[in-house]
Amino acid sequence: MRATRKKIQNPWGGFLFVLPSIIAMAIFVYGMIGYTFVESLENRYNAYTTKIEFVGLVNYIELWSDPEFTHALSNLLKFTAVFMIGCMLSGLIMALLLEKGIKGEGFFRSTYLYPMAISFIAMGTSWRWLMDSARDDDATGLNYILKNIGLGALQSDWYTSEAGSMYAMALPAIWQMAGYVMALFLAGFRGIPDDLREAARVDGASEYKIYRHILFPQLSPTFLTVLIILGHISMKVFDLIFGIATKSYVTKVLAIYMWQTIFDFQNYAKGAAIAIVILLMIAVAVIPYLIYVNKTEEANK
Amino acid sequence: MSSDLAARVTQKLDVRTKKRLDGKGQFWLIFRYFALTILFVIAALPIYVMVINSVKGITGVSQSAAFIPPTSLNFEAWGPTWEVLREPMLRTLFFVTQSSIISAVIGAINGFVFAKWKFRGSNLIFTTFLFGMFIPYQAIMIPLTKFNQWAGIGGSIYVLVFAHVIYGIPICTLIFRNYFAAIPNELIEAARVDGAGMVRIFRTIFLPLSIPGFVVVLIWQFTSAWNDFLFAIFLTGGSPKLSVATTALNFITGSGNQVYYGNNMTASLIVSIPTLLVYLFLGRYFLRGMLAGSLKG
Repeated sequence: MRATRKKIQNPWGGFLFVLPSIIAMAIFVYGMIGYTFVESLENRYNAYTTKIEFVGLVNYIELWSDPEFTHALSNLLKFTAVFMIGCMLSGLIMALLLEKGIKGEGFFRSTYLYPMAISFIAMGTSWRWLMDSARDDDATGLNYILKNIGLGALQSDWYTSEAGSMYAMALPAIWQMAGYVMALFLAGFRGIPDDLREAARVDGASEYKIYRHILFPQLSPTFLTVLIILGHISMKVFDLIFGIATKSYVTKVLAIYMWQTIFDFQNYAKGAAIAIVILLMIAVAVIPYLIYVNKTEEANK
Repeated sequence: MSSDLAARVTQKLDVRTKKRLDGKGQFWLIFRYFALTILFVIAALPIYVMVINSVKGITGVSQSAAFIPPTSLNFEAWGPTWEVLREPMLRTLFFVTQSSIISAVIGAINGFVFAKWKFRGSNLIFTTFLFGMFIPYQAIMIPLTKFNQWAGIGGSIYVLVFAHVIYGIPICTLIFRNYFAAIPNELIEAARVDGAGMVRIFRTIFLPLSIPGFVVVLIWQFTSAWNDFLFAIFLTGGSPKLSVATTALNFITGSGNQVYYGNNMTASLIVSIPTLLVYLFLGRYFLRGMLAGSLKG
């Protein structure tokens, strides 16, 4: 049987089918990353560089002494911390509120998810107005709400102050992605067989204990997925910040700085080096994750 | 399977209470609705602000009255804003349609092979494809611009068709692969006994079954290309000749015009309408595309 099967199924047919895509990925993903890496080792510091030389890791070393780069990097890390924690918590809360089913669930779920369908350049207009820094009598947006519900002391400069800018910038990001996290957790919760809960209930376990000791441990693959997804989105964040604050110094992150380096200063070598730094920060988490996913799939067969 | 994930999320649970709720149960139910409503207000606030301020005229948006719905509808801001956005939005529709269709076809072929016609090393190759989904596009943008010039599509809208097709390969392949993996192998075995080859099996068995997969991929590619800003701004260099929905919007709302909130919110709303409509009517499929990106199944 095996032998005849092999004869009928020509294994190379499939390969030929996907060959165009393999070539495309090899050139446009891996080849171009390689090209960018090589460029980051050269001296093309402006559009007029004619004599291109190999300078090694100099561009990377110089990034660390470039205050604007370290500023953008620290902004990015602050943003990432608040964004990931905020998204996880709010997505998890939404999922917990919905997971047992409730009348009107579909309505709430759809509202929590719609931000994913809108571009951040568009939502940036609303958020810029909501996070307007005028206070008290001039207050608009969120400051106006805070003032009128008796929380005037909480009025904020939002994304315009040096100290709080990245934390404020994480708000619209959480707003956009929390629904996605909710969906992942809902899928996770609802993939756990009901028997597990029932058995624990029969044994007299409290609802809290059921979540703590039975449901959450089952969700660890979901937690991992959420971490990877939020992490890589955060490292790349661009539109969201550009849509609200364009190239403002206080909210600059690596992706914005890279864009500025290329377009405003035409410093290709440095822009390439920044891009590679972003890539590496993503790759250290994503590559092990992909290997893990691949392995679990093989094991499930 | 991503379709399974989506099915789990949208499954209808029996919410009828079998027995009367006791005091504690009632408290929790009220608490849940209260919390859900607060979250609803937060989620809806930005779009609410956008919608009500788009019907207050160009200058009629007083700063503190912006949360309050207008007493009468004023569509003054819509006409001029649409005039500015019409051409970029039609251009976006033009390239997005093409890139979505091409992406879907490529995704279907790849997904079929990676799910049902595996060859030695196909899993490894598939994993290397997936990595392409996570990369920051900054890492390919410089050579891509050069390639476009070399290939003669630099300076035309086809740079965006090309970019979205190429960098959409991983997600489209993934969606179709997960979709096809759920189709039983017996169908292939039976067709093989009848002497059908790979192409015929794909064409006569898998393609007819793949309509929902196509809907998911088309919607996903449509939404992400419509909302894309990064490729648009890098590859068209901000040229007005090639402005698309997001870059045109950014031009309208960008620095200097930030005080014209009525106008800006109208423009933002107009640009969001196509993807919002798709979400409203085909949200289930959008959810599937979204969950496919999580890789798990």
